[in-house]
Amino acid sequence: MPRRLMIALSLLAMLPAPQPAIAAEAQSIVLASTTSVDNSGLLAAILPVFTRETGIGVRVLAQGTGQALDTARRGDADLVLVHDPEAEQKFIDDGNGVNRRQIAWNDFIVVGPTADPARIKGGADAVAAFRAIAEARAAFVSRGDRSGTNALELRLWKAAGIDPKSGAGSWYRDIGGGMGEALNSAAGMPAYTLSDRGTWLSFKNKAPLTVVVEGDNRLVNRYDVIELNPQKHANANLAPAHRLADWLVSPEAQEAIGAVVVGGQQLFHPSAASPK
Amino acid sequence: MWPDFDSPELWQIIGLSLRVSLSATGIAAIVGLPLGAALAVWRFPGRAALVLGANALLGLPPVVVGLALYLLLSHSGPIGFLGLLFTPGAMIVAQAVLALPIVTALAHRAAADLWREYGDALMDLGASKCRALPVLIGMGRLPMMTAVLAGFGRTISEVGAILIVGGNIAGYTRTMTTAIALETTKGDLPLALGLGLILIGLSILVSAAAFSLAGRSDK
Repeated sequence: MPRRLMIALSLLAMLPAPQPAIAAEAQSIVLASTTSVDNSGLLAAILPVFTRETGIGVRVLAQGTGQALDTARRGDADLVLVHDPEAEQKFIDDGNGVNRRQIAWNDFIVVGPTADPARIKGGADAVAAFRAIAEARAAFVSRGDRSGTNALELRLWKAAGIDPKSGAGSWYRDIGGGMGEALNSAAGMPAYTLSDRGTWLSFKNKAPLTVVVEGDNRLVNRYDVIELNPQKHANANLAPAHRLADWLVSPEAQEAIGAVVVGGQQLFHPSAASPK
Repeated sequence: MWPDFDSPELWQIIGLSLRVSLSATGIAAIVGLPLGAALAVWRFPGRAALVLGANALLGLPPVVVGLALYLLLSHSGPIGFLGLLFTPGAMIVAQAVLALPIVTALAHRAAADLWREYGDALMDLGASKCRALPVLIGMGRLPMMTAVLAGFGRTISEVGAILIVGGNIAGYTRTMTTAIALETTKGDLPLALGLGLILIGLSILVSAAAFSLAGRSDK
């Protein structure tokens, strides 16, 4: 038996790869992006059009903004699509990125339990809402993962003059996870959390959460595509990455971005022509 | 709760899961079974340390293996030029590393018992220690099979390592376990559970196939 087993196993190990769904493409690039544009279905809706037109396959890594920029910094991605203006600026200043262009925007929202223990429902001032959450010592879930959402959340606490770490171990719960994990945790506790609207709209485990604060100018969520600096990342697949970046701001892609709808609501507003 | 069984994506994910895990288990078996038997047969300095090491690494944390491999395979790492990062190949390497100590430690356990009982007889029959290795593996085929299946169980259920080195890329490196993690983060808990049940079913099928293969060649 062992010989037969070994033969069977070694044959299996040597099996040629079954044709992956995207192997037929002439070339492919790695796009380091955020969970909010991938999990919400945006990229799955628009990228096949690009691949059909150009033959360039796009392999999407859905990470937080901080992690996506790190991946590109190490040379493991060819293009980034992220949403944290400050971290992006640092990435560019460090000589890693060039040619940042905004492709779309939507907004962040504060979601929380329908019981609303901090009594912030219906407000449009995110900073006042955060202050009320801290004063009520109502449970709040933080991503804690250096994502764009996490970065904005920390800026809002700062603007509110509150050090959320003082609530660690009681009301402030840093889960160190993605947007979906934060929403799952907030739904389970229940707790307040900051979410991008795209992930929220396509999230399927909302109960008992609801949108409590929206419409604050500080909650605008901008998505930028950044190409890699050829001086620092000569090994990257820069030419096809540049084609994708150009395509994302083209009228065709912009229209496709605006057409992505979940539950009757538009997920993203194209903004290449007039950045927000 | 159940995924769309007509969708090519589902079958591609199932196929990739099996391909990665079976390849990794195959590599671990080809290296680990002879290695485990050899550790039972030969006495040499450091043997006890190797056996202890294999047993200690039974609990090797997948996320640590993934991270270490990521740093090695990254384009800014020492073997980044291979271009393995974010490919199924990287996932196979990661899972083979995880399965190898399991197969080796369990194969050693089985071979050591057999060697204690039949070693003298084998040597009296004029077998060399080299020739004794395949005999031991053959005599202990059921525990050896269990060793290989334990390795397979580790690989098919593992998510921490392949998520890091594979990247969970749709249509390319997404497996059953990373898809389950993804659907959970999307809040689609019923679909995640359905995928989980399919994964358990696959695991049962592979075990049944392995044991029927072992049983048939008993004759």
